[in-house]
Amino acid sequence: MDVVWLSRLQFAAATMFHYLFVPLTLGLSILLAWMETRYVRTGDETYLRMTKFWGKIFLINFALGIVTGITLEFQFGTNWSRYSAYVGDVFGSLLAIEATAAFFLESTLIGVWVFGWKKLSAKAHATVMWLIAFASSLSAVWIITANAWMQHPVGYTIRDGRAELVDFAAVIFSKFAIMEFFHTISGAYILSAFVVMGISAYHLLKKQHVDFFTRSFNMAMVFGLVFSLFIIVEGDLHAVDLAVKQPAKLAAMESHWETSARAPLYLFAIPDEKNEKNSIQIGALPGLLSFLAFRDTNAVVKGLKDIPKDERPPVLLTSFAFKAMVGLSMYLALMSILGWFKRNRLMESPLYLKLMLFSIPIPYIANELGWMVAEVGRQPWIVYGLMKTSDAASPVAGSQVLTSLVAFVLVYGLLGAVGFYLISSHVKKGPAES
Amino acid sequence: MTLQITWFLLWGLLWALFFMTDGFDFGVGTLLPFLGKTDDDKRMMINTIGPTWNGNEVWLLTAGGVTFAAFPKVYAVMFSSLYSALMLILFALILRGVSFEFRGKVESASWRRFWDGCIFIGSAAPAVLFGVAFANIFKGIPIDQNGVYHGNLLTLLNPYGLCGGILFLFLFLQHGALWLSFKTEKSLQQRAIQTAERLWPIVLTAAVVFLVYSKFATHLYDNYLNRPILFLIILVTVLALLGVKFYLKKQCYVSAWIASAITIVGATFYGVIGLFPCLFPSSIDPSFSLTAFNASSSPLTLTIMLGVVIVFVPIILAYQAWSYNLFKSKTTLEDLAYEDAY
Ligand code: HDD
Ligand code: HEM
Ligand code: HEM
Repeated sequence: MDVVWLSRLQFAAATMFHYLFVPLTLGLSILLAWMETRYVRTGDETYLRMTKFWGKIFLINFALGIVTGITLEFQFGTNWSRYSAYVGDVFGSLLAIEATAAFFLESTLIGVWVFGWKKLSAKAHATVMWLIAFASSLSAVWIITANAWMQHPVGYTIRDGRAELVDFAAVIFSKFAIMEFFHTISGAYILSAFVVMGISAYHLLKKQHVDFFTRSFNMAMVFGLVFSLFIIVEGDLHAVDLAVKQPAKLAAMESHWETSARAPLYLFAIPDEKNEKNSIQIGALPGLLSFLAFRDTNAVVKGLKDIPKDERPPVLLTSFAFKAMVGLSMYLALMSILGWFKRNRLMESPLYLKLMLFSIPIPYIANELGWMVAEVGRQPWIVYGLMKTSDAASPVAGSQVLTSLVAFVLVYGLLGAVGFYLISSHVKKGPAES
Repeated sequence: MTLQITWFLLWGLLWALFFMTDGFDFGVGTLLPFLGKTDDDKRMMINTIGPTWNGNEVWLLTAGGVTFAAFPKVYAVMFSSLYSALMLILFALILRGVSFEFRGKVESASWRRFWDGCIFIGSAAPAVLFGVAFANIFKGIPIDQNGVYHGNLLTLLNPYGLCGGILFLFLFLQHGALWLSFKTEKSLQQRAIQTAERLWPIVLTAAVVFLVYSKFATHLYDNYLNRPILFLIILVTVLALLGVKFYLKKQCYVSAWIASAITIVGATFYGVIGLFPCLFPSSIDPSFSLTAFNASSSPLTLTIMLGVVIVFVPIILAYQAWSYNLFKSKTTLEDLAYEDAY
């Protein structure tokens, strides 16, 4: 295998692993801050115990999020040096701002939060968690802006053989970036809501710590409900924006081959990339794709056949990931709505609780699939329309990348297993008695 | 021009701040098996750096990020040519980071021993490897006109590179021992003080050897000879190192630690100033070197980033100082009973 392929594999493995931890940090920090604030407001010890119980899960997850993030920061230089040299003028500054504006605050305050229970007033301590939550969402703003620039580059000019910044405001206020941010952040908040609800369901099913976990469940449920409805509306708008900016990705997401007006949406389709058609397609809804993409059932939607072969993304993976993500998001919204109606009689709904327990992996899968749509659907470009992924890799030996890839798999495998073990044994043990 | 020079100095400053802050974390982690006789000792040592190590590590991310933003070509060539060395550093940092969090989570001696081992390796390896990497940069790296590296990991392990690795390791060990000298109490404190005292002559020897060796292995002194006023940097660094001894004798451990911090910042600037205007010199042909002038970002990006740094770095320093102040008291046995301690 060549360097480009190995680097792609390594990058994909490292980002997807990082993104197992990121969403929980983003959402749980908010829930924790909210719990701790309620403790400060009401003086009710249960909220303090909730903060500590969920806080421990947060910290284990956070540690893994941090160490896996450093990898990504290094990898642009180690593995994608041609890319880095080409776009660093625009892209590098976003990463550097992320570190100075957000990571510092997050990482400094996490130490204060962990060790500062007795050194700060209750109010100040809760404020620290709000700041951590703010800083981690702020870090998402910057990294998503960087990613959005790769998806839809703006505000640059090509000079001296590289992309140079000409309009910073265009980069940070890019509509694509704003859409992508709200989408990603909602997905993350939903995930943390489902983790809290799922773990609460585990104890409620065992009829232990009922008050504690009913409160936890309901707080998370409200949080999850809001964002699981929001993401559907927002995701739809995101797709409309995408239709104009990345027609090839849209066509791949829907495995749409022929440019046509009144383009149909298929409920189910399996693309056959060799023969440039769908081998199976059922449930055609005429005009719906045109409507979804351009808000007009008669609009013309570009098909994959009108995109040069070497500029088409992998269709099977993109379309499968997209459809699964949307399908799962419907499930998540439905379960959140159900939760709202069951909020006062959770204990009488063991079947629902059981479903919620087994739903913990669902938002993880949805989030990972979302990134596959975004990243695989962008291929073969590393920066859409500007630089191909195949031109971006570092001039290093394949054996070096292979070695590091194997090391990542081993080390990450170990860390993932330990993290999972620690979190699940903490969960099983349950909260400390008051 | 001015922008590029400013950025060159800022680049050096960020690395210096990283070495100054995370440096004592590396030192404490490396000393863990030597000074930590009992599990309580070890926990106390780890808890002295517990609240702040993570914030310290971000100076590395910032130094890296700023290299990417201000000198993209340097970031690209430096990180890809030092691929294997950086991967080793990376894995070390990964292990160190999780070990702090994991080690106390299971009641088992072998579990703790395993993560203690990871803390040791995760602290000692970056200390040595950063030294090796920077010494090699001082010396020049075999890169061609396209920034392609002609060498491998072993190329970096030349005598001068190793000398740099040893110097960094001992600087950080001393820095860590001094930190423990005022952050701990009783027998642990006594051992830390003794260690600091024993380390001092070794650091001095390593520093002198490195300074002299640099005359033969590098062009660092060219800038100094052109502008003798620059020798002040070396003078300050050496004085600070003597200050460490002086304050150790007077039993003023905080002052000794500050002197050690100045030594580390001075040592970093000694190299950075000697490199100027190169950030990543080529040993194949000086014209292939990446400099502040041929590898920088556009003036617009440099200006925006300068604004960001001018606004944020003082704010960061302020809240980091606040957090250091909050945790300034000694770490004691009672602190270990505290539920959230590592
Ligand atoms: C949507 C959010 C998001 C996304 C897409 C990414 N990250 Fe991340 N990252 C975070 C959100 C985040 C986070 C929530 O801020 C952290 C802090 C702890 C955690 O679990 O995730 C984090 C930690 C974290 C750290 C450690 C920071 C520290 O020590 O404080 C680094 C260096 C990176 N990330 C870098 C990256 C890079 C280079 C990415 C792109 C390839 C990336 N992250 C994707
Ligand atoms: C954290 C969530 C992310 C996930 C799960 C993710 C996932 C992926 C995947 C699966 C690939 C491989 C695609 C392929 O090779 O076909 C990839 C590639 C890549 N992504 Fe992302 N990505 C994430 C975020 C980002 C961000 C925020 C950036 C930029 C700031 C980014 C930049 C890249 C780059 C440079 C590549 C390598 C080139 C390529 O193979 O496309 N990614 N990512
Ligand atoms: C729980 C539900 C969902 C989760 C967790 C989720 C997650 C994600 C993630 C993490 C990404 C990559 C980041 C990005 O590009 O913004 C993504 C991309 C995307 N999602 Fe979702 N998503 C969900 C629901 C939806 C829905 C309901 C729609 C549409 C109706 C949708 C449309 C899209 C589109 C079009 C992209 C690709 C955008 C691009 O390439 O930049 N998503 N999703």
